[in-house]
Amino acid sequence: MNINPISVSELNKYVKDIVAEDEFLNNVFVKGEISNFKHHYTGHMYFTLKDDKSLIKCIMFKSSTATLNFIPKDGMKVNILGTVSVFERDGVYQIYCKAMKEDGIGDLYTKYQELKEKLEKEGLFDKSVKKKIPFMPDRIGVLTSQTGSVIKDIINVSTRRNPNVYIRLFPVPVQGEGAGEKIANAIRIMNEKDLADVLILARGGGSLEDLWPFNEEVVAKEIYNSRIPIISAVGHETDFSISDFVADLRAPTPSAAAELAVADVYDLKDRIELYQKRYRLLLNRKLDLMKMCYKNCINRRAFTKPKQQINDKYVKLDSLIKRLETSIIDKVHKSKIKSVELITKLDTLSPLKTLTRGYCVTEYQSKIIKSIKDLKKDMNIEIKYSDGKVNAKIL
Amino acid sequence: MKDEKSFEELIDDLENIAELLESDKLNLDESIQKFEEGMKTARLCNEKLENAEKKINILLEKNGEIIEEKFNVGEE
Repeated sequence: MNINPISVSELNKYVKDIVAEDEFLNNVFVKGEISNFKHHYTGHMYFTLKDDKSLIKCIMFKSSTATLNFIPKDGMKVNILGTVSVFERDGVYQIYCKAMKEDGIGDLYTKYQELKEKLEKEGLFDKSVKKKIPFMPDRIGVLTSQTGSVIKDIINVSTRRNPNVYIRLFPVPVQGEGAGEKIANAIRIMNEKDLADVLILARGGGSLEDLWPFNEEVVAKEIYNSRIPIISAVGHETDFSISDFVADLRAPTPSAAAELAVADVYDLKDRIELYQKRYRLLLNRKLDLMKMCYKNCINRRAFTKPKQQINDKYVKLDSLIKRLETSIIDKVHKSKIKSVELITKLDTLSPLKTLTRGYCVTEYQSKIIKSIKDLKKDMNIEIKYSDGKVNAKIL
Repeated sequence: MKDEKSFEELIDDLENIAELLESDKLNLDESIQKFEEGMKTARLCNEKLENAEKKINILLEKNGEIIEEKFNVGEE
């Protein structure tokens, strides 16, 4: 035997080349269930794809993961498009994933859309029929699985906000066959027996398939018919279910639903205390205002100097009398002066006054002679002097 | 005394009383009366918050009847 053995790397290289030449393996479309899923910090995804008999390793590089419209995880059924190739170092073959989609999602998604449109037409989503979530419900009804983190989250958030909260859990299956009917039945019983003042319908995140019971018509109808207001918190923040649309309120997560249903007692106590402070302040203000009004009133002159007004009137009266007097005296005085003036004037104009200065008046038959033309020879006239009169005859 | 009013209504009352007291529409007697009413309502609210009893229960259906039992978190 002089055939030399080949190395392991040579063998692996040989197999890789053969696989690479196969056109079918270059573009395979495979269905299976994801397990051992790891999202490496480099952005690449490593997982195995399996069915009930066997499995194959898969890798999806970061450059391809950008096209994913969902987050893959263990247990998810998917369809993968990729290339089968050999990883020489480990001597394994694996699928290099180029694209991946959720298996069966197409059918479910179409069903979801159709039901959504149908119910919307029937008016199940109308804002006008939404009931108000009570501000402080006495009994919080929770419909979810009795195991798992959802009920724990709800209890934790609720008791943190209100240590005296009253929660009634009605356990229901939240996925799988028949879950929808059981959820609908639970809503009906809560209503019929009046077991709660608000209902939280909750489930953690999952695939569309997992969340399916919350997309069933029987659940939607029962939510619509419920007299008790319902908060729907199904899946993660990005997941929407039919129950979210029909419910009176949608919460992004079960914890958020608890926050919406349970009022924060500490906030409320603060608020009540604030009101009490406000009342005291307002009443004191009112009292101060009253005191001020009273003070203003009592300080008015009518109260401080009650006689002031009378005295003021007296003063005014006095001054009026004085004015009256003065004006009368003034008038009398003025009249006197005037009369003296007139008398003097009269006196000056008196003919007798002229006579005292040596003039005389000639009269004929008691008429004053003003011109010599009025005089004739032998006329008997009278000549008046200041101290008497004499008879005379014109020569 | 029957407490017919819901907690929400009581909180509304608190707000209404505060607004009335602020409005200057009341005379002194009415103000004092509203003040006392407000304080009473606030006390009632606090009592309601404190007197509630914590209950975390599970409802189980047995032969068509609903039985209420204490629910232990973490119990599988």
